[in-house]
Amino acid sequence: MQTTFSLSTIDWAIILIYFIFVLGIGWALKRYMKDSSAFLEAGRSLPAWVTGLAFISANLGAIEMIGMAASGAKYGMMTVHFYFIGAIPAMIFLAIFMMPFYYGSKARSVPEYLKMRFDEKTRGFNAFAFAIMTVFSSGISMYALALLAQVIMPLQIDWNIMGIHIGEFDFYLMVSAVIVLVYMVLGGLTSAIYNEVLQFFLIVIGFAPLVFIGLKEIGGWEGIKANLPENMMHSWKFTGSAGANPLGVEWFGVVMGLGFVLSFGYWTTNFLVVQRAMAAGSMSAARKTPLIGALPKMFLPALVVIPGMIALALSNMGELDIPLKAGTNIQDFDKVIPVLLMRYMPMGVLGVGITALMASFMSGMAGNVSAFNTVFTFDIYQAYIRPDKSDKHYLKVGRWTTVVGVLASIMTAYVARSFNNVMDFLQLIFAFVNAPLFAAFLLGMFWKRTTGHAAFWGLIGGTISAALHHGFTLPAGGSIGVKGGFFGLLHTYPSEMAQNFWTAIYAFSTALILTLVITLLTKKLKTDDELKGLVYSLTPKIKDDSKYWYQKPEFLAIIVGAIAIVLSIIFW
Amino acid sequence: MGLDIKIPIGLMFTIFGLILTILGLVTKGDTAMYEQSLGYNINLLSGLIMLVFGCFMLFTSRLFKKKTEE
Repeated sequence: MQTTFSLSTIDWAIILIYFIFVLGIGWALKRYMKDSSAFLEAGRSLPAWVTGLAFISANLGAIEMIGMAASGAKYGMMTVHFYFIGAIPAMIFLAIFMMPFYYGSKARSVPEYLKMRFDEKTRGFNAFAFAIMTVFSSGISMYALALLAQVIMPLQIDWNIMGIHIGEFDFYLMVSAVIVLVYMVLGGLTSAIYNEVLQFFLIVIGFAPLVFIGLKEIGGWEGIKANLPENMMHSWKFTGSAGANPLGVEWFGVVMGLGFVLSFGYWTTNFLVVQRAMAAGSMSAARKTPLIGALPKMFLPALVVIPGMIALALSNMGELDIPLKAGTNIQDFDKVIPVLLMRYMPMGVLGVGITALMASFMSGMAGNVSAFNTVFTFDIYQAYIRPDKSDKHYLKVGRWTTVVGVLASIMTAYVARSFNNVMDFLQLIFAFVNAPLFAAFLLGMFWKRTTGHAAFWGLIGGTISAALHHGFTLPAGGSIGVKGGFFGLLHTYPSEMAQNFWTAIYAFSTALILTLVITLLTKKLKTDDELKGLVYSLTPKIKDDSKYWYQKPEFLAIIVGAIAIVLSIIFW
Repeated sequence: MGLDIKIPIGLMFTIFGLILTILGLVTKGDTAMYEQSLGYNINLLSGLIMLVFGCFMLFTSRLFKKKTEE
């Protein structure tokens, strides 16, 4: 099978039209960017359906599009855990219980909330960790885009500019960086959010035909079932013991590790997604944001996981060759989506499918840059470098931070290119930092006694305990190094996922216990009055301004929860 | 924010829809081209869906709203 696409003029025209719209949105938004709030917080003015779609789209970058299709081929229906239990409960919790504090406190970022609730050092720790994480995530999306583009759109570029060699990879990297830079400098967070909404529809409309034809060829659900092992066709049925299912995790690890610690840590404290809800126009819209996002989120597996399963089933039938990883005889499941696009899409729809993939990578980049901007400008620059300047000054800094963010992302894209396991390494760091953070939020929001010292040392302790747990364990077949075991080997997990989930459980538990104990040993420095609006017991119950009962977030939450339960039963 | 996002979304999908629908009509009966999509004229199908979606977005956008509402 050929390994490159041949794109026709029509496909190129579709890609070009998309770029014109992306830049056009930025250009149309330019005249509204009058102050730092408009640029970095979208003026807190967007309707709930826009922020809701952006909420899940910001996460729908290269890592999810490629990674979840690959997981579909590796773990089958077990992958839906990342969508149902691994996202929905956390989104409901964020909407109902946490959004009132985030939105009501008028904090401009998650680190700023930490400063209001706890103290300066907790904010600083989170702001710096988050800034580094976003730059790396953005760089990885950029790297994935350039990698994909050079495979599917070979241009034979071989330039030499002032002694620097520019190949296709460099060319696509620069093109994507320039486009993102331009629309972000012009329209700020609103630009990022609007393009995420555009991307969402592109992915749904661009990938639906792929899934449709794929299912037709394989013979529908029954056809997939006939060609995959039974333990890949269920989400819960084989979680009685870790060895019985392809994920290598038993139900407790799934529920606690993924469903509770990792999922809540990600969806409720990661400013990349929370920022979308904070940009909503009202408290009611902010609370509905994660719920409106949750509705399509539950059906995304049909577009990203099912293609992975179709590809593996076709490959088992001998109908499809999935390319091998360079120098090995292991199938490279990261290539599943491009391979299927190539197989089923004639010119025309092919252009739309490729545009959808590129849109996903570019907004994965832009989403991270927009979150980086806000945190850098408000929580690093305004907090530590130049406080007490005019708003005009911070607007200018916000614009320049975009440039810095994009440049830093380009650097990390090259780092990702030159080190094989940089992705593993980064996911590790995210797990180390995110899991303990949820402990600080949980205690901070619901126990008014929790002190700043306790939260800070809980975070540090949780991160250290994650590193220790990782350093003393290995996944089956893993070698000592970034996979773990660097402090000695005490335990071997059946899979990398199992190890990840348990690292998160250890980190969270350590952070929770440390924060509890240190709180009891330290003096409460903030008065009840200062904590008003930041802690559950000290905040008056908010009255929702929705006109009808069926527009209230609580009602929407029940619907979302019910659908998630029904889907879990269907795919038991 | 001053720009209604429905307008660019609606415009873009209407344009994409038109391109694919016309392409689908022009290539109708080209069995070689649609062999890979199992005989479905996938351009015509997707094109019509995009056209309907694009027009729906445009008609519900601020472009077609009475002044009293905003």
